[in-house]
Amino acid sequence: MAQGAVKAKKDRKITWKEIKRQKTLLIISFFVTVYGIIFYYWPLTGWIMAFQNYKPAKGILGSQFVGLDKFKFLFEDATFLRVIRNTFCMGALNLLTTTIMAILFAVLLNEIRSTMAKRMVQTISYLPHFLSWIIVTGILHDALSSTGIINDLLLRANIIDQAINFFAYPKYFWPIVAFANCWKETGWNAIIYLSAITAIDPSLYEAASIDGASRLQKIRYITLPGIKPTIMILLLMNIGNVLNAGFEVQYILGNGLVKSVSDTIDIYVLKWGISQNDFSLGTAAGIFKSVVSIALIVICNYLAKRAGEERLF
Amino acid sequence: MQKTKKRIKSSMGSKIFTVFNSLFMIAFVVITLYPVLNTVAVSFNDGIDAVRGGIYLWPRKFATKNYQTVLAMENLITGAKITVARTVIGTVSSLVVNALLAYVVSRKRFLFKSQLSLFWVITMYVNGGLIPVFMLYKNLGLTGTFWVYVVPSAISAWNMLVMRTYMLGLPDSLEESAQLDGAGYMTIFIKIISPLCKPVYATVVLFVAVGQWNAWFDAMLYNRMKTEYTTLQYELMKLLSSVMQQSGSAASASERGSAAAAITPITVRSAATVVTMLPIICLYPFLQRYFVTGLTIGGVKE
Repeated sequence: MAQGAVKAKKDRKITWKEIKRQKTLLIISFFVTVYGIIFYYWPLTGWIMAFQNYKPAKGILGSQFVGLDKFKFLFEDATFLRVIRNTFCMGALNLLTTTIMAILFAVLLNEIRSTMAKRMVQTISYLPHFLSWIIVTGILHDALSSTGIINDLLLRANIIDQAINFFAYPKYFWPIVAFANCWKETGWNAIIYLSAITAIDPSLYEAASIDGASRLQKIRYITLPGIKPTIMILLLMNIGNVLNAGFEVQYILGNGLVKSVSDTIDIYVLKWGISQNDFSLGTAAGIFKSVVSIALIVICNYLAKRAGEERLF
Repeated sequence: MQKTKKRIKSSMGSKIFTVFNSLFMIAFVVITLYPVLNTVAVSFNDGIDAVRGGIYLWPRKFATKNYQTVLAMENLITGAKITVARTVIGTVSSLVVNALLAYVVSRKRFLFKSQLSLFWVITMYVNGGLIPVFMLYKNLGLTGTFWVYVVPSAISAWNMLVMRTYMLGLPDSLEESAQLDGAGYMTIFIKIISPLCKPVYATVVLFVAVGQWNAWFDAMLYNRMKTEYTTLQYELMKLLSSVMQQSGSAASASERGSAAAAITPITVRSAATVVTMLPIICLYPFLQRYFVTGLTIGGVKE
């Protein structure tokens, strides 16, 4: 074993012979690295624009530097502060609801005895994940329209006396977005929890049965603690993505009436950067998002380590 | 005596649980399927009749005219062709490049394996953002072409890492014995590693293909003026905006540029939706085991 390790170390020394031997690997690495630098690392140089008054005609080299002016403008802009709030709140609400739904679904599906039924329900549950957000929002729009099924049911149950235009009131927007996310991703997100449940030692359930535990007790004392590490790790991983969760649905379903709650950082960047051609401001907002996201990931990674769970990277 | 009583009680509780659990699952299935089936029903209904609403799982006034309208829409047909092309070309190129990269970084003797892995892992967390990326594509001459759909997305660190994890799980002796027989790295990749990686290749193919099929934002951002490179989802998005504008729920539809030029009945949009999701609905049940394995591998990344 030790000898093997020494040998491996020797092998990895950079010598001409080794370079020659690994020629193919090195050539491939060279090309993918060039590609990576162009498509992933080069755009980072564009961050300079955020500290300039960028004019496309002058380019990055010729534009005037303005320091942190663009960031100052951002944080004095009431719209931007509202956009940050919207992104955070919707991201957090989505994360919370989708996680709870996925766990609930996985745990309950695991309790189904018939394999046939289980497989059928699971197959159906994946379907929405594969549909695009365009289709999902379209379907949702139909269901919530004045002649849609939701208004239809509410009218029949005499809960309301006239159809509600759900897309016209800010108070409905966040729940609609959260519901859309749950509808699309519950079955998909449950896959990983289901596989974690299968990894739980079956003898624990047998022992609990002998002790007379009910099914609910088994869920509470065996299944849920068994998948707790998975839950923690996925939660922490997704917290870093909270700010990324706000574009497609909000962009498609957002409208003038609910703008105050529907606009997110990504939409703000798109509006200022592409539509208004203020590249500097758009980039500054983008940088803010990236920096906060990375900070969230680092903090979560640290917390995960402290909590003794597995690290993310 | 005590024991029997307890068993009866617990089996009673178990039965109640089963009933509620079944109800939950039925509700789940209904909520998942109903909107999709409703869209299908509306797509087969007469356009003017559908405005009244009240169509559930079956068309009230049957018509196939919506599908005729959809198939006569030139931009939709163009969109379909482009979408098929980007799905095929994008998936094949992405598979080849990601697999090669995964192969390289999973070779135990490779000199720069940890550096190269780190180089790609960083790209998962740090990116330039919308505007710098937009400018890059413009400077490279990618905007306004078909290649903007395929080239920038060729390598995805996540898919690469999934494949790497799988390749690391293969026994080293395979490579060693092939090397003793005089096989080079390319031969080993093509003849030995790739055949064993079929399951993980299938997973990545599925992820990439679905992503390509469903993409619309790149078409809107980079090829808005190029109608010859429109995609199916983007056309669907325009139809959706049109319907939303009609129902008065999207005041900002005009912000989306050329979207919503003409008013389109909801039935036509439903038909277009059905056409767009049909390939996916038909295919995904057969690919289930691949994405389940893929997700599980992805979940245990180091």
